[in-house]
Amino acid sequence: MATITCRDAVVRALDEEMARDEDVIFFGEDVGKAGGVFKVTPGLYEKYGGRRVRDTPISENAIVGAGVGAAVTGMRPVIELMFADFAAVTLDQIVNQAAKLRYMSGGQISVPLTIRMAQGSAGGFGSQHSQCCESWFMHAPGLKVCVPSNPADILGLLKSAIRDDNPVIFLEHKGQYAERGEAPGHADHLVPLGAAQVVREGSDVTIVAVQRMVGVALQAAEALAAEGIDCEVIDPRTLVPLDMETIARSVEKTGHLVTVEEAVRAGGWGGEVVSQITENNIWSLEGPVVRVTLGAGIIPFSAPLEEHLIPGPEDVIAAVRRSLDA
Amino acid sequence: MSTSLDAAVRRKMLANMLLVRHTEERIQELFLENVIRGTTHLCIGQEAVSVAMAEVVDATRGDTVTCTYRGHGHALALGMPLASLMAEMMGKASGCSKGKGGSMHLADLDVGLLGTFAVVGAGLPVTNGAALTAQMRGNGAVSISIFGDGTPNIGAWHEAVNLAAVWQLPAVFLCENNLYGEYTPYDDTAPVPNVADRAAAYGIPGVIVDGQDAEAVHAVLLEAVQRARAGGGPTLVEAQTYRYRGHSRSDPATYRPEGELERWLARDPINILADRMQAEGQLTAADFEALRAEQQAEVQRVTEWAMNEPWPALDETFEDIWVPSADGSALQEGA
Repeated sequence: MATITCRDAVVRALDEEMARDEDVIFFGEDVGKAGGVFKVTPGLYEKYGGRRVRDTPISENAIVGAGVGAAVTGMRPVIELMFADFAAVTLDQIVNQAAKLRYMSGGQISVPLTIRMAQGSAGGFGSQHSQCCESWFMHAPGLKVCVPSNPADILGLLKSAIRDDNPVIFLEHKGQYAERGEAPGHADHLVPLGAAQVVREGSDVTIVAVQRMVGVALQAAEALAAEGIDCEVIDPRTLVPLDMETIARSVEKTGHLVTVEEAVRAGGWGGEVVSQITENNIWSLEGPVVRVTLGAGIIPFSAPLEEHLIPGPEDVIAAVRRSLDA
Repeated sequence: MSTSLDAAVRRKMLANMLLVRHTEERIQELFLENVIRGTTHLCIGQEAVSVAMAEVVDATRGDTVTCTYRGHGHALALGMPLASLMAEMMGKASGCSKGKGGSMHLADLDVGLLGTFAVVGAGLPVTNGAALTAQMRGNGAVSISIFGDGTPNIGAWHEAVNLAAVWQLPAVFLCENNLYGEYTPYDDTAPVPNVADRAAAYGIPGVIVDGQDAEAVHAVLLEAVQRARAGGGPTLVEAQTYRYRGHSRSDPATYRPEGELERWLARDPINILADRMQAEGQLTAADFEALRAEQQAEVQRVTEWAMNEPWPALDETFEDIWVPSADGSALQEGA
């Protein structure tokens, strides 16, 4: 196993899938000649040419719509929206068109489209370039939603997303692009959508986290281990489909549940996980469930404020104590 | 420019206009009778654009069409079976979309109709994608997006026309300018006299055509389609037409100035083509009435059939949301 960055994983997944299937095309703002504003897609334009790798105008409606239309007519497009916040500009194409065309056509149409976006706090990007937007898309049946936390999962999930016949929202955490991790060297590494991963086994409390919060949860787990609290950390990896079986099995074992999300509390995926556990597994619970979130916060620019808002290990440790001490 | 088509094509266009006209009239009655629910947007008066458009589309070579919620006429002209349309209007299982789409969400991939888009401006970006597929495959196919005169005021329109021009996509943007964006006159919401004027901003041809003359519309569209097939990029076509009825089911169209409707009724697209054919000896008055009676009878027959068709099974509610995985597993309800 080689060590690669999250950035490497994105471009490798695209490269492998473009080499494998000539119907895979890739376009977005600055993704071609410039290699992406986050330098995530270098070399693809040079390797596959300007027909398959296209720079677009700053026109999110046109980008997503072209992806939808190309997908509907037989291509397998991957598009990039740069910052996930910009999805707000084209929510109609994503939520009303990509997500619903299959249903509204009685199953005639399929939309094998992958929409990549970078989300999350990365230090000083401010309120409109730092949000975690995964919950926006969970509310639109027809979309699948990927939230990978490490290079191997980015690689395997992005390849699976491109091969999926449904529209897939693929969210990369921009604060993690430089993070390194092991990934298989061969070109057949696929991670199925809908399979959570138990990142750390434990017996006292279940912590569910995605993307950068997985690392935060692991740091909290290490600190708590020193005082004899054994945390299990689960990374769902995809939120639609959501692998509740793995989470429920863990809660049955531990009796305690903490969710950690870098997003707003109301309507977040943590609330969905908690709801499903209380609906279906309430007798497994031995203490209160606790959600670590941004509350009703908006990402501020000022460094101390941003650091205060984004959950850290101390917030997760406090949440675990609350769930166990009650 | 010669606009004269041979007698067989003219007769087909005439028959299709009559089919659309009588279908739309019957649909309005069915709404008033509560047989059809929700809302509907009729194209009575605009039939020439539908039938002319359909004549230049070849679904067998991959041509595609997107249009708006005012799309019954386009669907029928393209060849969607009347039974599929009528059953869909009533929400029946045998509708083109299994009853899940309704009046505003028709689709029939067999005739190239990707969809009738119910959000203003949503169809153009999708047509670009279909045109991109055609460009990638080099198969000479085109995609036509049909929209109303209100659509060039929404951002998606400009993004899409711009991208099509930049990428020289094989697309045709066909505006049915029926003078009103919903209830508001065109001049109250647009800063330029003609929709076609906007083509200049994107460096593409913009052509105005009499939307009541099917042959004139056909000629303009044929040129635009041929340009697109040959790699010459997109064209904006403005067909000037008129809807005899209001915007939707609930609109009595009282905002129209006195005499306007009558002036347009005097230029009815069905009569224009029928009169021309009669003047050239291709149609007798008796032929015309027989053709009309034939279409009316067909609409009546299919309506009665559709009314007796079964509703969709209730477990269809959660079907067709996702494509099942290759291993046969589908996402569970509420996944």
